[in-house]
Amino acid sequence: MLLSCEREPAGHNKMHLPDGFLDAKTALLSSGVAAAGVGLALRQVGASLEPRRMPMLGLGAAFVFAAQMLNFPIAGGTSGHLVGGVLIAILLGPNAAILVMTCVLMVQCLMFADGGLMALGANVFNMGLVNVCGGYFVFRLLQSVFRMGQQRSAVFAAAFAGWFGTVLASIFCAGELALSNTVPWSIALPAMANVHMIIGLGEGLATGLILLAVLRARPELVAVQQAPRLRFGSGAIGYGLLICLGLAVFVAPFACPWPDGLEAFGRRLGLPARSISAPLADYHFPLVGSPIAATAIAGAVGTLLAFVAAYALARVLVPILGPSKKDASAGH
Amino acid sequence: MHQAAPGIKLVAAVLLVTFTALLPRHLTWLYLVPTVILLVLWPVCRMPIIYGLRRLLVAELFIVGIGLLTLLHPTAAPLFLSALVKSNLCVLAMLLLTWTTPFQQVLQQLRRWYFPTVMLSTLALMCRYMPVLGEETRRMTRARASRTFSSKRVVSWQNVALIIGQLFVRSADRAERIYLAMCARGWK
Repeated sequence: MLLSCEREPAGHNKMHLPDGFLDAKTALLSSGVAAAGVGLALRQVGASLEPRRMPMLGLGAAFVFAAQMLNFPIAGGTSGHLVGGVLIAILLGPNAAILVMTCVLMVQCLMFADGGLMALGANVFNMGLVNVCGGYFVFRLLQSVFRMGQQRSAVFAAAFAGWFGTVLASIFCAGELALSNTVPWSIALPAMANVHMIIGLGEGLATGLILLAVLRARPELVAVQQAPRLRFGSGAIGYGLLICLGLAVFVAPFACPWPDGLEAFGRRLGLPARSISAPLADYHFPLVGSPIAATAIAGAVGTLLAFVAAYALARVLVPILGPSKKDASAGH
Repeated sequence: MHQAAPGIKLVAAVLLVTFTALLPRHLTWLYLVPTVILLVLWPVCRMPIIYGLRRLLVAELFIVGIGLLTLLHPTAAPLFLSALVKSNLCVLAMLLLTWTTPFQQVLQQLRRWYFPTVMLSTLALMCRYMPVLGEETRRMTRARASRTFSSKRVVSWQNVALIIGQLFVRSADRAERIYLAMCARGWK
């Protein structure tokens, strides 16, 4: 209980859905996709994890929980804490990270009444599957494309992946809220995506800094170091399919530009179609045609800025601190 | 209530939360059902009032954060109010569950329901080592704070990152020792 008293950070992330905001079909759909993802991760871990790494799953979950207690100061006396999905994916690998994040969310829900019980599936899907897999994929992609010294490319890729994973998860969260008809998509997407494009900067910076700290202290502990090449095994394909399925269910019906598709989708689910499209019709953005287009532009600009920021971070940070001797020995 | 079977409490909490979350999206008399149940259970579970209110207040940050978004919906007021009430009732239900049921009992119950073994052992290890790592984090934070004389934000970000990095290294080493200790006691 001591832990719970101290876990009252000022800047909570909005992605952690409480109960009462999702309707039955969204809760069921997201739980189904999340369960499939966790089942796949369990199979992968059961097939590939050596027994000596088994306790690391539990310790990794405890580590994420303890790391979330530490606050990073932000402007004006507020502070935020790490979510840690992308970080743990880089440190332990994506299969283990999905299980770790699922356990963290379960404990937060069942031990600290933090995050909803009915929304647990949605939270596991957003922060366990989308955040971890999306972030990890971008991390591996960037790390293999940009070769600028081992530590530097790792820090750059981790910083951008941390940002990307946060924003991606927030888009799915917005989709779930919109599909529940709780918040109209034209509000949910800009609000969630724009806020998390800023929150994600902190997550990305923290991910990069922490990964650098681990790489300098004990590079052999980082899972990525042990699997140098990105392979598309059955796991990657399965996760990819699940996330695409989530995209199709939660995001595509709203992002689809043809009103016919939207209405057809709504009718198929037995929804009055106007209830979804009405807020789109009477909401006007001053400069750009629609709020969705504005968000898309903001998203493109934000992605570019985060990319440049992550690159600058890696360039600045690694030379200033100097390449450690361990890097030189591990670099061959 | 503390002696009741954890399985029953767990199922009851799930049912109550599901029922509450699926109530219609405007305030009706149906909302009284979970409210009355929870208000009766609160004293029965002997949860201190101050504790409950404080935990509700913490959860309120999340709830209002997302609740504000619903205000922009065409049918804003009833939706916002009902979502607020629903969320608070669900949080209260979960608070009562966590107050009366230690997580170890939840784990045992999940084991009886054939929950995957890997998840169970991960959850059990996590619960065992959360306080340990929490204490370690506090120790490292205190040590770092007593050696750092700068209040610059850049410095404190680097310090927190270093602490978390160090925490990971220590967790990994601890996992190694736990594995050896488990093997020594005939695990697998």
